[in-house]
Amino acid sequence: MTQTDGSPFAPHTAEETAAMLAALDVESEADLFDIPETVAFDGNFGIDPRSEQEIRGELSRCFAENNRLTEFMGRGHYSHYVPSIVDHLSDRAEFLTSYTQYQPEITQGFLQALFEYQSMVVELTGLPVANCSMYDAATGLAEAALLADRVRETTGDTILIPEYLRDGKQSVLENYVDGAGLEVESYPMDDGNVDCTTLDELAGDETVMIYAENPTVRGTIEEGLSEVGEIATDAEALFCLGSDLVALSILEKPASVGADVVVGEADVLGMPASYGMGLGIFATSDRYLRQVPGRLVGASEDRNERRAYTLTLQTREQHIRKERATSNICTNQAWVALRAAMHIAMLGANGLVELAEDCVREATALAEQIDTVSGYQAPIHDRYHFREFVVRSERPAQAVTASLEQAGFAIHTIDDHLLQICVTETNADETDGLIGALKEASQ
Amino acid sequence: MIYDQARYTEDDEKHEPLLAEKNEMTLEIGGSESPLPEELTREELTLPSLSEPELARHYTRLSQMNWSIDSGPYPLGSCTMKYNPKFTEDVAADPNAAIHPDRSAKSSQGNLGVLYGLQEYLATIGGMDAVTLQPPAGAAGEFTGILIAKAYHDHRGNDRSEVIIPASAHGTNFATAAMAGYDVVELPSDDGGRVDLEALKAAVSEETAALMLTNPNTVGLFERDIVEIAETVHDAGGLLYYDGANLNALLGRGRPGDMGFDIMHYNVHKTFATPHGGGGPGAGPVGVVKELTEFLPRPRVRKTANGTYEQFDPDHSIGKVHGFGGNWLVLIKAYAYIARLGDVGLADASAKAVLNANYLAEQLEMDVPYGPFHHEFAATAGDRDAADVAKRMLDFGVHPPTTKWPEMVPEAMLTEPTEIESKRTLERLAAAFNAAYTDSDDTLETAPSRTTASRIDQVAAARNPRLSWQALGENSLE
Repeated sequence: MTQTDGSPFAPHTAEETAAMLAALDVESEADLFDIPETVAFDGNFGIDPRSEQEIRGELSRCFAENNRLTEFMGRGHYSHYVPSIVDHLSDRAEFLTSYTQYQPEITQGFLQALFEYQSMVVELTGLPVANCSMYDAATGLAEAALLADRVRETTGDTILIPEYLRDGKQSVLENYVDGAGLEVESYPMDDGNVDCTTLDELAGDETVMIYAENPTVRGTIEEGLSEVGEIATDAEALFCLGSDLVALSILEKPASVGADVVVGEADVLGMPASYGMGLGIFATSDRYLRQVPGRLVGASEDRNERRAYTLTLQTREQHIRKERATSNICTNQAWVALRAAMHIAMLGANGLVELAEDCVREATALAEQIDTVSGYQAPIHDRYHFREFVVRSERPAQAVTASLEQAGFAIHTIDDHLLQICVTETNADETDGLIGALKEASQ
Repeated sequence: MIYDQARYTEDDEKHEPLLAEKNEMTLEIGGSESPLPEELTREELTLPSLSEPELARHYTRLSQMNWSIDSGPYPLGSCTMKYNPKFTEDVAADPNAAIHPDRSAKSSQGNLGVLYGLQEYLATIGGMDAVTLQPPAGAAGEFTGILIAKAYHDHRGNDRSEVIIPASAHGTNFATAAMAGYDVVELPSDDGGRVDLEALKAAVSEETAALMLTNPNTVGLFERDIVEIAETVHDAGGLLYYDGANLNALLGRGRPGDMGFDIMHYNVHKTFATPHGGGGPGAGPVGVVKELTEFLPRPRVRKTANGTYEQFDPDHSIGKVHGFGGNWLVLIKAYAYIARLGDVGLADASAKAVLNANYLAEQLEMDVPYGPFHHEFAATAGDRDAADVAKRMLDFGVHPPTTKWPEMVPEAMLTEPTEIESKRTLERLAAAFNAAYTDSDDTLETAPSRTTASRIDQVAAARNPRLSWQALGENSLE
């Protein structure tokens, strides 16, 4: 490697630097800066440079400080096994180190991969338009509310959301819609599903959008989706459905229950648990095509009349439309979308459906088992479950999770006496250990 | 240099076929084996059906039909396309770091320690008092920053309605201010290309919530009057927001906090070399001065007296801007990059970035109307079409600069080579610029010819949107 004095990633030798400075007729790089003395900085951050090896050691020791726990956690962030091919191919530098396809002729590969991702989301949701990523499910939901506000013909100011919703989703939603003058209001749930009677009473002229999830944040499969769709139609509100790419492979197709927008966790595929890093789905009907936030890849032709892909309908976007853009999003989660598409392609319909059905079977089986342990009742909702379920514990939930952590397991506390447990193929073979620890923790 | 990009051409109609064109299958859902009753399931699912070796080839071919920073120069102005050090990938792939975000603080001390360390690094680099790492991209950082400004004014019972933005600013600034519910006041530049102080003085009022500024600005000029700009905004009771897109020019030589900025975002995928991933993920941490720390998103991370880390919610937090804590894997890579460079490397990065931009511009036959510029410059293609010149550059094995923006430069070619290019590469890049700029009209209009696709019909793509393989057989969605 060339030895340089400063950044190891700036290739200039001393001789080259000198020649370049001479060509510019200056003595040092400092002469090229036009920063007034009064605001100049002396460069002393107090950050010592370290070697690659030192940093790898430092961070590896640091991450080892995380307790080694078997996680049975979900609530919006899930771990499924990611096939090796996803890492190896998405890590190819041509993908990883490229940027937005401003020059489509030279970036057909990534554009095609994103077009394929969009197509998979179209198939899974049944809606004809899917963008090529949102940051995560929460920001996708928030963007859906803003779209609903833009397209609704009559004025209204309320977004209806379920009583059970992850705090992060609700808070992000509130932050995004505040500028548009919208209010967020909760409707009640009935044994883990939408309380449609009350929702029907709440929905009306002022309702801009109704949001429901399937599966819900508590893991229940929603049985009243068509009714929610009808309530939204009657109120002339948009129906936004939250789901994830695995669940969508077997659960009712959003298009067939009247969903106008689908958002949710696309990061269930392509990414293992990543401390909350996400990928947001955004799909909608063709009626709202020109109101979609984010990047869209479309097919066109090149001069040789061969099919070619390009970012399209960019007049929706901030770099053209500025304050009248559909969103401020620019940098997005394209590479995560590439990974999700690779994972779906690797699973195929058989693999994806098997994975999804196992999410139902494993959650059902584990809940039944826990229900037999004294001190616990599971699942507390009399519904079908997907991946996760809520457990009532006689002992305070905090005390139970603390004991479990001692025993090497992590689960959620969601209320004074409510726990939530999530099971996938990544931890299904450790359920016996979890049951044992729950027994211990019930005392 | 002449470049021929890989091109897998199936037939007269297309290049590499789509996954679904290679093979797909339809599966019926439900039936006796299904764990769910029929009324809760969909009827069928159709997806591509390919073996692992076929997929490996598909994606390898797609990758070969894609330009990247590891392929060659990528001098997109305002995007800071740096080399992404490989070791940062290994660091971020540590399985011990891949935990669930709802874990207790006690059981996730390692991750909290890295978050805390990165917060500290970014605070000192920007001259800020506190940093949140939650925003998942630069535009999300802007939105977070403007929400903080709004919360600050609201808290003081001070309802303000306007955000001032220079006409030459990034489009995200305008869109962000509008999303937060503000009216945008566009500020013209002066003849030299900088903020027009008189115009700013006329624009500020009791309605001014903030001025959003990037410095150096989008043609690479340092706002020399920054102290007076800050005073003008502060005297009106407004806040000064720093768009971190151009921070690579300042590393170690100037800090937004010292210039009077109250809020800033950092684009770690630009300044701190995390890979751009074909459009993302990035990360857009936000730094603030002491008076604004109570408004930062929740939760924040702090170090306790006994050296452990904990999370806490600031008293007047704006809430959350991401469902969880942002783009964690990106943040790890940024930490590793900053640690690798240290003080000396960071200052050298900006020194070489500015040296490279100047050395490249020196050799161009195009005019550069505004200077002295720093890490980027806006050359003008004059009476040539900047977009055509850019297309021709593709044939020479370089990625062209950002074109036709900012609008203050006619037929702009906004160029940012970054510190990673060597003298020799810059010379080749300059040769590509010059060759394309002086090529015949015919050649320009038919360029590129050596890339996978030849010139793509953008108008047709927008007029007849076909956004999925399901739509390819149709004429139009609309």
